[in-house]
Amino acid sequence: MSLFSFLDRDHSVAKPGYSRWLVPPAALAIHLAIGQVYAFSVFVNPLLAFSNSIGTPWSHKQVGYIFSFAIALLGISAAVFGKWLETAGPRKAMFVAASCFGLGFLVAALGIKLHSLPLIYLGYGGIGGIGLGVGYISPVSTLIKWFPDRPGLSTGLAIMGFGGGAMIGAPLATNLMAHFKAHGLEPIGPTFFWMGVVYFLFMMFGVFTIRVPAPGWKPEGFVPPVHQSAMISKHNVTVNSAMATPQFWLLWLVLALNVTAGIGVLESAAPMLQNLFSSKVTVFAAGGFVGLLSLFNMGGRFVWASLSDFIGRKATYMVFFVLGAILYFLLPSIHVLSLFVIVAGILISMYGGGFSTIPAYLKDLFGGVNVSAIHGRVLTAWSTAGIIGPLIINAYLDKYKAANRPLVDAYPHILHIMTGLLLLGFICNLLVRPVSERFWMKEGDLIPADHGGH
Amino acid sequence: MSNEASHKPSSPLSIALAWLVVLAPAAWGVYLTALRAANLFK
Repeated sequence: MSLFSFLDRDHSVAKPGYSRWLVPPAALAIHLAIGQVYAFSVFVNPLLAFSNSIGTPWSHKQVGYIFSFAIALLGISAAVFGKWLETAGPRKAMFVAASCFGLGFLVAALGIKLHSLPLIYLGYGGIGGIGLGVGYISPVSTLIKWFPDRPGLSTGLAIMGFGGGAMIGAPLATNLMAHFKAHGLEPIGPTFFWMGVVYFLFMMFGVFTIRVPAPGWKPEGFVPPVHQSAMISKHNVTVNSAMATPQFWLLWLVLALNVTAGIGVLESAAPMLQNLFSSKVTVFAAGGFVGLLSLFNMGGRFVWASLSDFIGRKATYMVFFVLGAILYFLLPSIHVLSLFVIVAGILISMYGGGFSTIPAYLKDLFGGVNVSAIHGRVLTAWSTAGIIGPLIINAYLDKYKAANRPLVDAYPHILHIMTGLLLLGFICNLLVRPVSERFWMKEGDLIPADHGGH
Repeated sequence: MSNEASHKPSSPLSIALAWLVVLAPAAWGVYLTALRAANLFK
């Protein structure tokens, strides 16, 4: 038996009596760790100061590429490794994610030691980015298999972790940097090193805890409904066949448009708040507003995905697009502080809810067998939105800058554009229908062992 | 560990501990964020 054989899918099949409530903490260990990427901004100023101190100043843009590489690699690796994950199993995938994410930090620490920005790109952006992508999709199909009765709740719990990861990552990084600085050390290198070690160990908790259900396992007392919505398929679709369906591309657009709109409110809400309520809100308090949005983002991931188990995925996205469009349109004209904060919070909760509801939507349409692989491919919509969203926003801001108009006047227009994108999303979601029979998996198609296949 | 032992149902304590491992750091992060968010209403 090799040292790493415990990572094999066969060795991670749950014994009778294993509680499925141990699986969400395993998934959360991965998502809370990799969610650190959204706290990368805490390193930007220290990295700029570090580069100045060594006499080779890096530009803001050059440092920003570290985060961009990581996010780009997240989308690419989720798409590329999703299919492998379905055969390798969640434990091996989580181990790869933990190793890459931890190693990424260590290589970045070496980059600081050697004063090499390319090494930081390779470490945090490249190797760490692969850890992000593999880690993000690794627990999804396993959770769905353990919770056939509540797929939205289970994936919502895990993906909520990704939303909350920055809340741990930011104070952890700032405290570590302050600690090393107080001891007269260069703070970033040791912080990267120790974060790599700590996150690796934390993710290994998930690796050791995760189990796949035994073939044919069902929750006690669970009887699959005989009559269920036509939007919930009892059949499975392979990842390649899924990509040939209009439903895949409609959901790709649904996610891309929802995320683009969310980026719009993330970028616009804080400056608008300061402009609209300049007499009441200080810059310090605006920082609190950003924190509040993070809480709504995290909570929305759990609440909306759980709600989708009761009202259906299509209806949940209809709420995002209809309520979202109305609220995006109204936000710039709200002049009551508490109302502004609540509306912005609801909008950001729907941005998070879009991420956490999509795996269950994919499972409903394409079956649970290949859901991680299909989810990985759909996540390229996220990467695309990550490019398109800032492009739209920066184009508008540049236009206002060129015309010497105050930038804060641009934000209401940006939000109105986002309203239009949400209406497009509404149409795409409306067009989603059950997958045609010709795409269903046939006898003889490879089914992973935990589904009782061969 | 014998087969019989490994087939025992997961104990409520082990489930609680697993949740504690992940919820403790999450609660720390949420607490600090909520403190920061409270500035908005001061």
